[in-house]
Amino acid sequence: MTGRPQTAARTDRPLEDFAAEIGTSDPVVVVGGRTQWGVGGEPDPTAREVHAPRGVVAHEPAEMIVRVRAGTTVAELDAVLAEGGQTIALDPAHPERATVGGVLAVGQSGPRRLGWGPVRDTLLEARFVSAEGRLIRAGGPVVKNVTGFDLCRLLVGSLGTIGLLAEIVLRVRPRPPVAVWLRGAADDPDRLRQALFRPSSILWDGIDCWVLLEGHPADVEAEIKAIGPGFDPVAEPPPLPSGGRWSMSPSAVRNVVATLEPGTFVAEVGVGIVHESTAPPSRRVQPATAALHQRIKANFDPTGRLNPGRMVT
Amino acid sequence: MAGVASGEAACNSARQTGGVTDALAAELSAAMAPDRVRSGPLELTLYRRDASLLEGQPGVVCFPSTTDEVQAAVTIARRHGRAVVPRGSGTGLAGGAVPVGVDGAEPVVIVTTKMDRVLEIDADARVAWVQPGVLNLDLSRQVAHLGLHFAPDPSSQQSCSVGGNVANNSGGPHCLAYGVTSAHVLALEVVLPDGSLALLGDLDPEPPGYDLRGAFVGSEGTMGIAVRIAVRLSPDPPAVRTVLVDFASIETAASTVTGIIAAGLVPAALEMMDARITSAVEDYVHAGFPRDAAAVLLVELDGLPAGVEAATQIVADVAAANGARGVRVAADEAERALLWKGRKSAFGAIARIAPDYYLHDTVVPRTRLVEVLSEVYEIAARHRLLVVNVFHAGDGNLHPLLVFDRREPGVMARVLAAGTDMIAACVAVGGVLSGEHGIGLEKRDHMGLIFSDDDLDAQRRLRLAFDPEQACNPHKVLPSGSGCGDLQSVPAGAWI
Repeated sequence: MTGRPQTAARTDRPLEDFAAEIGTSDPVVVVGGRTQWGVGGEPDPTAREVHAPRGVVAHEPAEMIVRVRAGTTVAELDAVLAEGGQTIALDPAHPERATVGGVLAVGQSGPRRLGWGPVRDTLLEARFVSAEGRLIRAGGPVVKNVTGFDLCRLLVGSLGTIGLLAEIVLRVRPRPPVAVWLRGAADDPDRLRQALFRPSSILWDGIDCWVLLEGHPADVEAEIKAIGPGFDPVAEPPPLPSGGRWSMSPSAVRNVVATLEPGTFVAEVGVGIVHESTAPPSRRVQPATAALHQRIKANFDPTGRLNPGRMVT
Repeated sequence: MAGVASGEAACNSARQTGGVTDALAAELSAAMAPDRVRSGPLELTLYRRDASLLEGQPGVVCFPSTTDEVQAAVTIARRHGRAVVPRGSGTGLAGGAVPVGVDGAEPVVIVTTKMDRVLEIDADARVAWVQPGVLNLDLSRQVAHLGLHFAPDPSSQQSCSVGGNVANNSGGPHCLAYGVTSAHVLALEVVLPDGSLALLGDLDPEPPGYDLRGAFVGSEGTMGIAVRIAVRLSPDPPAVRTVLVDFASIETAASTVTGIIAAGLVPAALEMMDARITSAVEDYVHAGFPRDAAAVLLVELDGLPAGVEAATQIVADVAAANGARGVRVAADEAERALLWKGRKSAFGAIARIAPDYYLHDTVVPRTRLVEVLSEVYEIAARHRLLVVNVFHAGDGNLHPLLVFDRREPGVMARVLAAGTDMIAACVAVGGVLSGEHGIGLEKRDHMGLIFSDDDLDAQRRLRLAFDPEQACNPHKVLPSGSGCGDLQSVPAGAWI
């Protein structure tokens, strides 16, 4: 296998067109797949809608990177990566609609975070359009890079309030040879986490546990034995309750869900996300930290034209 | 010593000390134990440089032991119009801790080595709160009994601090599979450049707001001083295999690297050493490294046993297909430790070749390793210098070491010129300036090779949000004319 890109460019329009569309004045709101539209609040309805360019620019399996336009859906990207035996640590609920740029801008991980890590660690380079309508590059197309300040981390989860993602380079990962979801009754999900080495996911609803094991077939077999009897393969994880996404220290999960009715929630064990029907209370941000947020927003978007109405805190 | 000429005049005042530091030192002494504030000429000399070749000039050096003392030091320094230069163990290679002031006033160096306690370990959540002065390897030792470790492992891990790792977003051999420091920091309590205290990030997976934690990690002391750090601890792998592969050419070693990654493996570490460093290391550690090899690869595979065995076989097969002369799998932990001792003492072993070295740290696409390495050798030959290569091949992170004796007249100019040519060669194939050492002063003026003015302006906006007065580690990372004319090169006051 050579280092030459495996895919020819299949993109719809130049990045400069996207920058021109955003322009230099008046409020704009960027639209992806609308799969997480409510996060951060409804944007100003009078803002002009813009859409990021689409297409996979280059997949280089031997570099373990892919360059992709922000408007590409996660499913389309993953199909290209699969041809090279790779996949991506983005795990949205609706990959056929969710765009890569949207998943990064919202920054929320999927149920495989325990094994795959947070969304933010996949982003190597971003080309984004600034509030002044300029194309800016942050990071670089290599897997290890400390050249300058880490604007990539700042962009992930910023809900398009700092700049609008146009094209990104992501770190990819080998597709696991085997992936198995198992389900069984468990009243102590932490025991499973201690018994297994780097499982990809452990979900718990207070009654049952779902465990995702990925890797070499013999290791997966051995891990199934380590879990013990009572766990059987299932096709997929449970549906996640919508309405509330709580974030807490992984060691706080047991105490918090003790107040909930078993079966009404799904906790990501070892991660600290709990899905249930009620929204979490809003969290207070320290004054010094809040002031930092305001200065960052003011420095990058002084007129507040990028995704007005969206609030990150 | 030779000051870098360009830009010197614009910032000449930075070297005019005036020596008006008594009141400043007195106030700092009142804020912490007086013996932790130092301003004697000999003591200041000790803190003029880090592990780079650059030198600056501190006004006062202080060693706070608490968050309150750090806040006081920052506040006092600012009240006296002094910049603040944070410093950990001083092992940085890019001049990030070299003291450079603003407006003609020498800076206050704030050293974190007295803040060296592991504050709290939550083995269940796999998190520890540590102070910034905790040494990298000490942290892993203190959690070893729990079957956990701190994954970033720079070669300097016996002496570098976690605070310094945060500042530089440090890497190490095992970051290939597990990620650099940023992936292992959950939260930071930071004294901001105005003296206030802020929590960035949190122990939960999705704290509200921007990822200020991510913005701070790798900011090289320009956004404040981390005083408490919540690090992620990683479980020790159940199985580990360390393999030494022996090659007759650099090209076959490099194509083996590409082949291993293309085969779908992500080794825990994938390191390369060239002929000269391999034999210097062998003279030093006697680990049985092949003295006649053109290059060796040190490959570590970890995880669950079956996957590790399968991966070891794939490495052996890929190596054989590329014409490797031999594959040695470490038989036990002692042999494994010895092989790693060889790799990690490579920089020490250089002393057997010449007294000084200048280490570069660029990253290139893995698939371009062969051509870039051959160019690195050519550049060194062109400048009549010796170069050795020992580096993180798996992520394309080159570490060419120019080896020399600085007493030789004119050699420094050739070393710097060769370094600049090597950086240009790496950038030409799509590489970047630094993989893990940072930009500091050393590479600041090369940033324009990678980034446009608009790109750099965006980075500056982030820095200014944290440090509007640019008083925290000024003149580092970004080529900036701010307050000091339009500097084109390393600022005056920093000497090479």
